[in-house]
Amino acid sequence: ARYRKVDEDFFEELEEVLLQADVGFETVMELMEELRYEVQRKNVKDTSNVQSVISEKLVEIYESGEQELSELTFAESGPTVILMVGVNGVGKTTTIGKLAQRLKNEGKSVMLAAGDTFRAGAIDQLDVWGKRVGVETIKQSEGSDPAAVMYDAVRAAKSRGIDVLICDTAGRLQNKVNLMNELQKVHRVISREIPGAPHEVLLALDATTGQNAMVQAQTFKEVTEVTGIVLTKLDGTAKGGIVLAIRSKLNIPVKFVGLGEKLDDLQPFDPQKYVYGLFAEGLDQEERQTPDSDK
Amino acid sequence: MAFEGLSERLQGTMTKIKGKGKLSEADVKEMMREVRFALIEADVNLKVIKEFIKKVSERAVGLEVMESLTPGQQVVKIVKDELTKLMGGEQSLIEFSTRQPTVIMMVGLQGAGKTTTTGKLAGVLRKKNNRKPLLVAADVYRPAAINQLETIGKQLSLPVFSKGTEANPVDIAREAIEYAKAEHLDTVIIDTAGRLHVDEDLMQELKDIRAIKEPDEIFLVVDAMTGQDAVNVAQSFNAAIGITGVVLTKLDGDTRGGAALSIRTVTEKPIKYIGTGEKMDALEPFHPERMASRILGM
Ligand SMILES: Nc1nc2c(ncn2[C@@H]2O[C@H](COP(=O)(O)OP(=O)(O)OP(=O)(O)O)[C@@H](O)[C@H]2O)c(=O)[nH]1
Ligand SMILES: Nc1nc2c(ncn2[C@@H]2O[C@H](COP(=O)(O)OP(=O)(O)OP(=O)(O)O)[C@@H](O)[C@H]2O)c(=O)[nH]1
Ligand SMILES: [K+]
Ligand SMILES: [Mg+2]
Ligand SMILES: [Mg+2]
Repeated sequence: ARYRKVDEDFFEELEEVLLQADVGFETVMELMEELRYEVQRKNVKDTSNVQSVISEKLVEIYESGEQELSELTFAESGPTVILMVGVNGVGKTTTIGKLAQRLKNEGKSVMLAAGDTFRAGAIDQLDVWGKRVGVETIKQSEGSDPAAVMYDAVRAAKSRGIDVLICDTAGRLQNKVNLMNELQKVHRVISREIPGAPHEVLLALDATTGQNAMVQAQTFKEVTEVTGIVLTKLDGTAKGGIVLAIRSKLNIPVKFVGLGEKLDDLQPFDPQKYVYGLFAEGLDQEERQTPDSDK
Repeated sequence: MAFEGLSERLQGTMTKIKGKGKLSEADVKEMMREVRFALIEADVNLKVIKEFIKKVSERAVGLEVMESLTPGQQVVKIVKDELTKLMGGEQSLIEFSTRQPTVIMMVGLQGAGKTTTTGKLAGVLRKKNNRKPLLVAADVYRPAAINQLETIGKQLSLPVFSKGTEANPVDIAREAIEYAKAEHLDTVIIDTAGRLHVDEDLMQELKDIRAIKEPDEIFLVVDAMTGQDAVNVAQSFNAAIGITGVVLTKLDGDTRGGAALSIRTVTEKPIKYIGTGEKMDALEPFHPERMASRILGM
């Protein structure tokens, strides 16, 4: 196969592929500029050689914030508390099930807290995941105060010497001030019971989400000091490219990706692999016989 | 900065061409670049934007300056006109069957809002159309999905048909329709499990449910925050089972909701309802004009 030349057509196509991966206008423009420069500097001629340059640049954009571990932080002693937050339906509760399984496989004792007391069936849903993994779920009845559930759960985790407590919260849109205040209260209750907790606040982001994910990250970070992102539903055709901009602007790293609805469908985030997936399959790599005429 | 409205974004360009008596092709091109940017930021699909820009440009070139409006303002108006047109007119909301019961199927990606909307819709149809709905729990996969729908049924005092998680969703739907006939419940709303459009087995399941009794409505439930992928999703669901309309959820958020335009354009199926909250009364008929304003941020 004859590889395509790296020409204006190629750049235009790359731009479109990245925009269609929800990377966002500004980030794409920034990348294109740097890429043009880099391609010229390194004298890259065909697309088979440009791939690594694109990957490098994308990872650079992603990591332009401070270096931060993408691994979970654990408490030095006593229970580690992980708080799961995010807008409605993104995959918080499911991720908790998968994460619990993962931590249990690492030999840790895990407990869950059913902090979504609002949505119909939410407590039961978490409880089913808890049973699947074989860990206990601390819960109260529907409609009770989520902060009270957290209080109970933290106490139980402490007294039973649990290694990791993972707390579910109700989905909430970031522009709902009351609900964000409620979340802040939940956060406060946990911190009061265990100084330094929650050790992780994971924001679940749905990979199908477009540019609104940036505001989600911004607002949740303000309210709960988000420490990492779980990018869910990457098993579909959506790419969630906005996490690049989120990382570079807000310095929130992606820690895990969700790849399905089963217990083992959670994987650590690998930036190289991820950015490659953003553009590689979308690009037409081979020389086309007839030049595009519809431009 | 990234979330300013198109109108603000166009300010700069507008002042530049304010004094001109006529819009040149270059002026229009420049403005269309801004429009493209704004629509990308609003999550309108790129391919849809291309077509759209073409149409708007044709109308915008050669516009004369009017007394009341600057060329910039005129272009904004054209953009809004075309957006509104693309999103379709006001719709008749539900087609009820003459053969009892009317069957409505709710389909879509995971977490879009199908189960919640099933409840809301049942509530609306009872109140506004005097219908007697039956909610059908055909999601046997998601943990506690049945419990979720039953809880919603209880909140609304509406009957829920379920057969646990061991039964097959196709059998559940079939028996539910029989049950509705026997009990004189005239509207069956089937809550199906969330699924990826690329999951062939689960898409086949929808076809099988559909084959029991041709549904009067098949609503694709879509999260308003969806990005560029909305077209793939809508196209795939439509090609597989032939949707009759769209429900756009979570519009109580601050997303621009460009997915609405993309879906409408690629499927040519109307957006019939919008979800504006988590509570059972938060479902409204769709107004194309309001949506156009929202996408443009004005
Ligand atoms: N395909 C796929 N589906 C997922 C993934 N993660 C979660 N889901 C599905 O997405 C839907 C919503 O997941 P939940 O875990 O209930 O989401 P949530 O954020 O807890 O939702 P709320 O509590 O209602 O705000 C369910 O159908 C899950 O099975 C994933 O990685 N891939
Ligand atoms: N704010 C808001 N939340 C909504 C709206 N519609 C649904 N939700 C929430 O979105 C989340 C997912 O809703 P579900 O009805 O469980 O979605 P689903 O499509 O049935 O999900 P699966 O069955 O897992 O595929 C829940 O937290 C709902 O409360 C809406 O219009 N506004
Ligand atoms: K979603
Ligand atoms: Mg949940
Ligand atoms: Mg559901």
